[in-house]
Amino acid sequence: MGRKLLLEHIDVPGIETYDVYRNHGGYSSVEKALKSMSPQEVVEQVQKSALKGRGGAGFPTGMKWSFLAKPEGVPRYLVCNADESEPGTFKDRFLMEKLPHLMVEGMITSSYALGANTAYIYIRGEYMFVSDILEKAIAEAYAKGWLGKNILGSGFDLDLYVAPGGGAYICGEETALLESLEGKRGNPRMKPPFPAIKGLYGCPTVVNNVESICTVVPIVNIGADEFLKIGTEKSSGTKLISACGNLVRPGVYEIELGMSVEEFIYGDDWCRGIANGKKIKALIPGGSSVPILPAHLITKTAAGEDRFMSYESLSDGGFASGSMLGSGGFIVFDEDQCIVRNTWNFARFYAHESCGQCSPCREGTSWMEKVLRRIENGEGNMRDIDLLADINKKIEGNTICPLGDAAAWPVAAAIRHFREEFEWHITHPQDAVKGNYGLLKSPELILQ
Amino acid sequence: MISTLEIQAKRPPFSLEKLEQVQGVIKQFPDGREKSAILSVLHIAEEEFGGWLSPETMDYVAGLLNIQSIEVYEVATFYTMFNLEPTGKFVFEVCRTGPCMLVGSDDIIEYIKNKLGISKVGETSADGMFTLKTAECLGACGYGPMLQCGKVYHEHLTPAKIDVLMDEYRAKYLAENNKN
Repeated sequence: MGRKLLLEHIDVPGIETYDVYRNHGGYSSVEKALKSMSPQEVVEQVQKSALKGRGGAGFPTGMKWSFLAKPEGVPRYLVCNADESEPGTFKDRFLMEKLPHLMVEGMITSSYALGANTAYIYIRGEYMFVSDILEKAIAEAYAKGWLGKNILGSGFDLDLYVAPGGGAYICGEETALLESLEGKRGNPRMKPPFPAIKGLYGCPTVVNNVESICTVVPIVNIGADEFLKIGTEKSSGTKLISACGNLVRPGVYEIELGMSVEEFIYGDDWCRGIANGKKIKALIPGGSSVPILPAHLITKTAAGEDRFMSYESLSDGGFASGSMLGSGGFIVFDEDQCIVRNTWNFARFYAHESCGQCSPCREGTSWMEKVLRRIENGEGNMRDIDLLADINKKIEGNTICPLGDAAAWPVAAAIRHFREEFEWHITHPQDAVKGNYGLLKSPELILQ
Repeated sequence: MISTLEIQAKRPPFSLEKLEQVQGVIKQFPDGREKSAILSVLHIAEEEFGGWLSPETMDYVAGLLNIQSIEVYEVATFYTMFNLEPTGKFVFEVCRTGPCMLVGSDDIIEYIKNKLGISKVGETSADGMFTLKTAECLGACGYGPMLQCGKVYHEHLTPAKIDVLMDEYRAKYLAENNKN
């Protein structure tokens, strides 16, 4: 099953309560850090661990921490990005729901490292039931002296709060999140300055994903050297994968980075294969923003080598024949699924979620949605496919934040790998409206 | 054109308990940053004042936070969770995004629509009990199809489960109303 760093005690009854969590080694990272390490030593451990940010972009957490400006007399903030909204991703919810004290512990240890005396968990508004769980854990932590003034007699003070969002995918982008936390519309800011210099209320701020912050706990506990032994050379540690779509056993799994994709999809300890005895048609391995992979590029790379669950192996082949580990939102499509319909669905998502600030994204995402909808409905023409590629190029790289790219890449990848399916929708309008392309098309084309 | 005085008169005051809750939220942020509390306060206001944000409610929130009404309007209209029009007693928000679609959310939306006797998403059943809405990814991708009603996620939906769910909500409403 591999080593578990985050979910080791997930099955212990009552692990969401303080006492049980504490009895299973909870809060030991806080004790270790505050009693025997300087803040700088904690930062160095996280840097050395090579932990890549678990929100999706994979930017090294320790490096982000090292950029934090420390001007005299100016408060610094740690903000946890719990705005999990990337389609296919539900791991942060799982962590906070099942292990709220791990989240709290991670926030304390990380805040200590960064010298932040106020920290916020910005959680998507829809996760209100999770906020309640976190609030309860925070109250317990205050009552037991893990939060508040002079924690463990170390002289370190920390106040931790939960701040809900209001329903906006864009607030997962860190500067939009900060705008939202300041009580404004979630419009991303121009960078630079980066939040590490000017973040919340213009103060130096670190924004980290839930899983990244939780992973700081085992890094401090076992040390960076031990952490580096897990995973691969370029992908250290473990990663939560939220598996969904047409699987026998969807759910959240903690994997050692570098396990085989085939084992993860078909293994008894993992997803147990495709539901209803069907075959796999496609995979989106890292949330809806990353390129889709057709069946022949899922368990093998274009070069015919085995594909692994790691940052480097999933991106092997670049966008031509690879994808990205992203957020770990692992979406599996069975042979009956229509790629055009799915591409349109995600395009609709991005059009809905564009904040409207940059015209290439605001106009481009809606335009792509319209073009894809007409192809899906049997009203498209062959020029539409080139039109999509053209819109794509005009969005990509021309916006303040990466939402535009995130909307463009999946469309480009779907056309790259499933062009004949788009063409078929155009040449067979009557059949296209009937719906399921997968059922109508010869299996060779779909499964090769 | 409604006069300011009329708006004032229609201001929906929070109960003392809710006002304390609002103060608690404001205290989480540095002095002079009351505006940061806006999303929390709008959630509280929506729950308190019939499940939607009227212009009067938004003006009231602006007053509580020491900001201009326009600052509340621009936030309330940006975030999708806030209802800017009255809804049914219960709002069913069915996730329509990719992973849920792969496991049948389209059929669930269609089923609820027919069951409520409404012609499109966004409408409310004739008895005023249920409003059907769709939502983008709610982070329940492994447990779809799913819907959110208030704070609660209902997952692994089937038509039979929806029948039960609606009966339960209806019974809950009737029980609460009889009590009053």
